[in-house]
Amino acid sequence: MSGWPILSVITFLPLVGALFIFALRGDDERTFSNARWVALWTTVVTFAISLILLVEFDPGSPEFQFVETRAWLGPNIQYRMGIDGIALPFVILTTFLMPICIIASWTSISQRVKEYLVAFLVLETLMIGTFCALDLVLFYVFFEGGLIPMFLIIGVWGGKRRIYAAFKFFLYTFLGAVLMLLAIMAMYWQAGTTDIRALQAYGFPPGMQTWLWLAFFASFAVKLPMWPVHTWLPDAHVEAPTAGSVVLAAILLKMGGYGFIRFSIPMFPDASEFFTPLVFTLSVIAIVYTSLVALVQEDMKKLIAYSSVAHMGFVTLGIFSATEQGMQGAVFQMVSHGLVSGALFLCVGVIYDRMHTRDIAAYGGLVNRMPLYAAAFMVFTLANVGLPGTSGFVGEFLTLVGAFRANTLVAFAAALGLILSACYALWLYRRVIFGVLDKPSLATIADLNGREVASLAPLIVLTILFGFWPMPVLDTSAAAVKGLVEGYLQALGATATLVAGF
Amino acid sequence: MYQAIVLLPLLGCLIAGLFGRFIGARNSEVITTALVFVSAALSWVAFFNVGYGGETTRVMLFTWFEVGTFKVDWALRIDTLTAVMLVVVNTVSALVHLYSIGYMADDPHRQRFFSYLSLFTFAMLALVTADNLVQMYFGWEGVGLASYLLIGFWYLKPSANAAAIKAFVVNRVGDFGFALGIFATYWMVGSIDFDTIFAQAPSLQGKVIPLGGTWFDALTLICLLLFMGAMGKSAQFLLHTWLPDAMEGPTPVSALIHAATMVTAGVFMVARLSPLFELAPTAQEVVILVGATTAFFAATVGLVQNDIKRVIAYSTCSQLGYMFVAMGVGAYSVGMFHLFTHAFFKALLFLGSGAVIIAMHHEQDIRKMGGLWKALPFTYAMMVIGTLALTGFPFTAGFYSKDAIVESAFASHAALSGYGFWMLVIAAALTSFYSWRLILLTFHGKPRFVAEGHGHAHGHDAHAHDTHAHDDHAHGNHGHHAITRLEDVHEAPKTMLLPLLVLAVGALGAGFAFKTAFVDAHGVGEFFRQSISLAKDGLLEEMHHLPPLVVFAPTIAMAAGFAVAVLFYIVSPHLPALFAQRLRPLYLFLLNKWYFDELYEVVFVNSAKRLGRLLWKQGDGAVIDGLGPDGVAARVMDTTNRVVRLQTGYLYHYAFAMLIGVAALVTWFMFAGGVR
Repeated sequence: MSGWPILSVITFLPLVGALFIFALRGDDERTFSNARWVALWTTVVTFAISLILLVEFDPGSPEFQFVETRAWLGPNIQYRMGIDGIALPFVILTTFLMPICIIASWTSISQRVKEYLVAFLVLETLMIGTFCALDLVLFYVFFEGGLIPMFLIIGVWGGKRRIYAAFKFFLYTFLGAVLMLLAIMAMYWQAGTTDIRALQAYGFPPGMQTWLWLAFFASFAVKLPMWPVHTWLPDAHVEAPTAGSVVLAAILLKMGGYGFIRFSIPMFPDASEFFTPLVFTLSVIAIVYTSLVALVQEDMKKLIAYSSVAHMGFVTLGIFSATEQGMQGAVFQMVSHGLVSGALFLCVGVIYDRMHTRDIAAYGGLVNRMPLYAAAFMVFTLANVGLPGTSGFVGEFLTLVGAFRANTLVAFAAALGLILSACYALWLYRRVIFGVLDKPSLATIADLNGREVASLAPLIVLTILFGFWPMPVLDTSAAAVKGLVEGYLQALGATATLVAGF
Repeated sequence: MYQAIVLLPLLGCLIAGLFGRFIGARNSEVITTALVFVSAALSWVAFFNVGYGGETTRVMLFTWFEVGTFKVDWALRIDTLTAVMLVVVNTVSALVHLYSIGYMADDPHRQRFFSYLSLFTFAMLALVTADNLVQMYFGWEGVGLASYLLIGFWYLKPSANAAAIKAFVVNRVGDFGFALGIFATYWMVGSIDFDTIFAQAPSLQGKVIPLGGTWFDALTLICLLLFMGAMGKSAQFLLHTWLPDAMEGPTPVSALIHAATMVTAGVFMVARLSPLFELAPTAQEVVILVGATTAFFAATVGLVQNDIKRVIAYSTCSQLGYMFVAMGVGAYSVGMFHLFTHAFFKALLFLGSGAVIIAMHHEQDIRKMGGLWKALPFTYAMMVIGTLALTGFPFTAGFYSKDAIVESAFASHAALSGYGFWMLVIAAALTSFYSWRLILLTFHGKPRFVAEGHGHAHGHDAHAHDTHAHDDHAHGNHGHHAITRLEDVHEAPKTMLLPLLVLAVGALGAGFAFKTAFVDAHGVGEFFRQSISLAKDGLLEEMHHLPPLVVFAPTIAMAAGFAVAVLFYIVSPHLPALFAQRLRPLYLFLLNKWYFDELYEVVFVNSAKRLGRLLWKQGDGAVIDGLGPDGVAARVMDTTNRVVRLQTGYLYHYAFAMLIGVAALVTWFMFAGGVR
C-alpha cells in the first residue's frame, strides 16, 4: 500500500479548494467565474484521485483498507480512516457526483456564488469523511456536520418557503443527532473505545443493545428517511436548489442506509434481529404509502422526493433481511438510486431553469421541442421504474430476493411497489413530456444545451451500464457484505435455525 | 450464429435509434429491415438444425450478476421450443418491418419507429432464448417497454398515451407475480437456471412455503405466481383490459406485438416451465379455467365491436385462451402448434386490416365500410384466407391446431376438461361468426361510406376516441378527408402486399406441413425431445380415439357461425339491429366489454388516487407534520418569537447552535478521554 494518506487527501482536498475560493476577493462576474472553475477543478481532481482507490482496492478482502491512524482527542479517540467494500462505492459516488453538481449550478446560481461553492466543497469533505471514518466520534462529527452546509444551501439559496423547509430538516435531523450522541457516550463508557472495528467486535450486552439500537435508529431513520419521519424530505427537496436536491437525494440519504450497515447490524445484532419486524413494517408502509402519495403529487420535485422514500424502503428491507442478496442489493440500490434520483432532479432542474415552475400542470408536450431531453428523462424514468437493463432493476430485485427469504408476506407487500412505481413515474412522464405542446409559455423552450448534456450523459451511461453489467459494484462490496452477514448470523448463533426455517 | 440471431436486431435498433438523425429515414428503414431479414433466415436454418437435426446447445455470453448463490447468466438456450419461437418472432418481425416501410411512409418519425420495432424484436428474442428465469424476466419487461413505446408512438394522441401506460401497468401487475415466483423458486431450488430447476422439481413435491401465517404447497404457489405473469403478458381474463386499448398503436405494431409474438410469451412461458406445471395439477386446473374463460369471454365481446382492429384484438385474446387450455391439459406441443399457426394468420389479418385502413384513409369503423372487395381484390383475398384459417376451415393452418386443442381438452383427465371443451366449442362458433361478420361488413354489401350529403365521416358517438388524431401526420398527401367514393379506394403499395402473400402461404400450409411435429405422439417426441414436458398418459394417442362428434364439433361450430353471419349480414341485414334492440342489456354488456374498464377505473384507479390524496393531506400533513415538526415549531415559535426577532435571520442561528453542539461534544470527549 502506498505510503501517503490517500483517504485524508480525498477527504480534505475539497476543503483546500474551499479555502481558495474563500480567499478570492471581489463581487463581480469574473470572480464568480474563477470561483466556479476552482470548484470544478477541485472536484474533478478529487474524483480523479478517488479513482486510485478503485485500482488499489483489494475486493477479495472483507477488511478495512487504506487505514490511517493518528492521535486526535486523547488516547482512546483517534483519527482513524479506512474503507471497506461497502464504503468504497459511496466514496466514489460522492466524488463522481460533485463535479456534476458544480456544473449544474453553473448559471442557475447567481447570488452569493462564492459562499455557495464553499458550502458545497465543505459538504463534500464532510460526506466523504462520513464514509471513510473508522472512529465513532469522527464519524459523528462528519455525519452531523454535513447538516450545516446542507441547511445553509437550502436556507440561503432555496425557494420561497426555504426557511420552513430548512427548519423542518434541521429539527428532524437534530433530534436524531442528539439521541445518537447519547448512544455514543454510552458506548464509550461501556467499551472504552470509539474505534469502529473494536466496537464491531465488542459484543454489547443484549439489554443495552436495544437502547443503543433505538438511538442510532432515530438518527439513521430520519436521514434515510423512513416512514413516518420522512416529511422533511419533500419540503427540503422542493425548496433546495437543483444541485442541493441532487446531493441530498444521491448522497445524504445514503448515510442512513450506510449507518445501518456499518453500525446497527454488526454492533447490535441481537437488537437488530429483535427490531427486524419493526423495520420491515415501516419499510413496507414506506413503499406502499409513499408510492400512493407520489401518485397524486402536483409538484415534480415532490413526486420524485416521495419516490425516493419508497426506494429507500427497499434498502432497509434488504439490509434487515440479513441475507447476502438483500444486503448487496441494498448497497447496489443506494448507488443506483444515487445516480438515478440525482439525474431526475437534474432533469427537473433543466426545465425549472427555463420556466421557473415545478408544477406538473405547467408542462406538457415537451417532446415536441426537446427530443434530447425527452430521451434522457425517459432513461431515468425507466430506471426509476426498475426496468431490467437499467441499474434500478438490480438493486430492487436483489433486495426483494432477500426479503422473500426473510418474510414472504413482506416481500409480497413490497413487490406492490413494482406496480405503483410504474404508475407514478410513467404518469409523470406522460403529463410533462407527451401530448400536444399547446401552452403558449412553452412555445420557445429550448432543448438541452451542451452543459446540460455534459452533466446528464455520464449518468445515462452509468445507469445503462450498471443495468447490463452490475458486477463492478457488486464485486466491490461482495467480500465485505459476506463477512458482515456471516458475522451477524454467527453473533445470533442462529444460522442453523434461519436456514431450516424456510 | 445464435448470437447473430439475437443481436442483429439490437444492432439495427441502436443504429436507427442513435444515428437515425444522421443517416436519414430511408437508410434506417433499410438497415433495420435487412438485419431482421438476416436474423429471420438464420432462424429458419436453426429451426431445421435443432428441430429435425437434433441439435441442442447453450451459448454462454457472460455473467449478468452474481450474489452468493444467486447467479444470473446471459446465456442462449437453443432447443426446439426456442427454435419454434425464433422462426415465429423473426419471420413475422421481418415481414412487419417490410410492411411498415409502406405503412409508415408519411410519418416524420420513421427512424424512431424502426428503432423501436427492432428493439422489440431483440427483447422478444432475449425472452425466448432465456436460459434462466431472470433473463426471461429481462426479455419479459423489455418487450413490455417496447410495447409501451410503440403503443404510445403517436404521442400527440392522449388516447395512445393512456393506452401505453395502461399496457405497461397491467403487465406490471402480472410481473408482480412473475417476480415473486422467481424469488420463491430461488429459495426452494437454490438456483434460477432452468436446468437446475427442472432437475430439482420432483424433489419439491410436498414442500411448502410459508405465507402470512399459513403454508402453501410450494409447486402450486410457484406455478400460480409465474402464471400470473403469463396472464398479464398474454392478456388473459382479468388482466386482459390493456390489449384492446393497445390497438391505439400503429397497425404493424398490433400485428407484430399484439397478435403474433409478445402476447404469446405467456403461452411460451408455460411451455418452457412445463416440467414444473406437470407437477402442480392444481395450477394446471387454474390454467384451464383462465384459458377457457378467456376464450369464451373475448369471443362474446368480439361479436359486437365495430372497430376493425378491436374485433381482431378480442379474437387474439380468445385464441390465446385456446392455447392456455392446451397448456393446462398438458398438451404443450399442441398449444405451441396453435401459437405457431396463429402467428401467421393473425398477423395476416392485422396487416390486411392495416391495408384496409390505409385504403380508407384511417377509417377503422367497419360500419362505415362495405363493398370493398371490388376495390381491394387482393387484400380481400388475403383477409378471407386469414379468416378461413382463424375459423378452422378444413385443411387450413387453424384447422389442424385449433381442432387438436379442442380434442386434447376433451381427451384430458383434468377436472375442468369438460368446461374447457364446451367453452372452446362455443367460442369456435362465436369466432366464426365475428370473423365473417368482419369480412362481410367490410368487403360485401353496399359501400356505406359513399357520400349522401355529408362530407365528414368522423365523430361517431359510442367510439369517440376511435377517431384518429394521427391523420394529421400520417398520410398527409392523401388529404385529411374521409373517403366518399368507391373509386377512391386503392390497394396499398407492394411492400405492404408482399408480406401478406407470404403470411397467407403460412396461414394455409403451416398446419398441414408441421402437424406431425406438433401433434402426432411419435413425431412430437422426436421433434421437441427434452425441450417440453411430453403429454402425460398418452394424451396425444387418446386424441386419435375420440367419438366422431367430438372430432367434428369445432368444424360444425365453425359452419354454424358462418351460416348465422351470412344470415345476419347478407340475407336479412335488419336482423342485427333487431337483436340489439330486443336484447339491449346484453348488447350493451358486450359492447362495453363486460364493463371491466369501468369496474377497474372505480376499484383501482380512483381509489388509489383517493387513498394517495388522503395519505398525503391527512397522513403526512395533518397527523405526522401536525404532531411532529409543525406542532413543535408552533410551540417553539410561541416562546422564542420575541428573542429571535433580534437576530437578522434564523439560519445562522441554528447553524451556530449546531456548531456549539459539536464543540460541546468534542470538549466532553477530550475531558472524558483525559480522565480515563
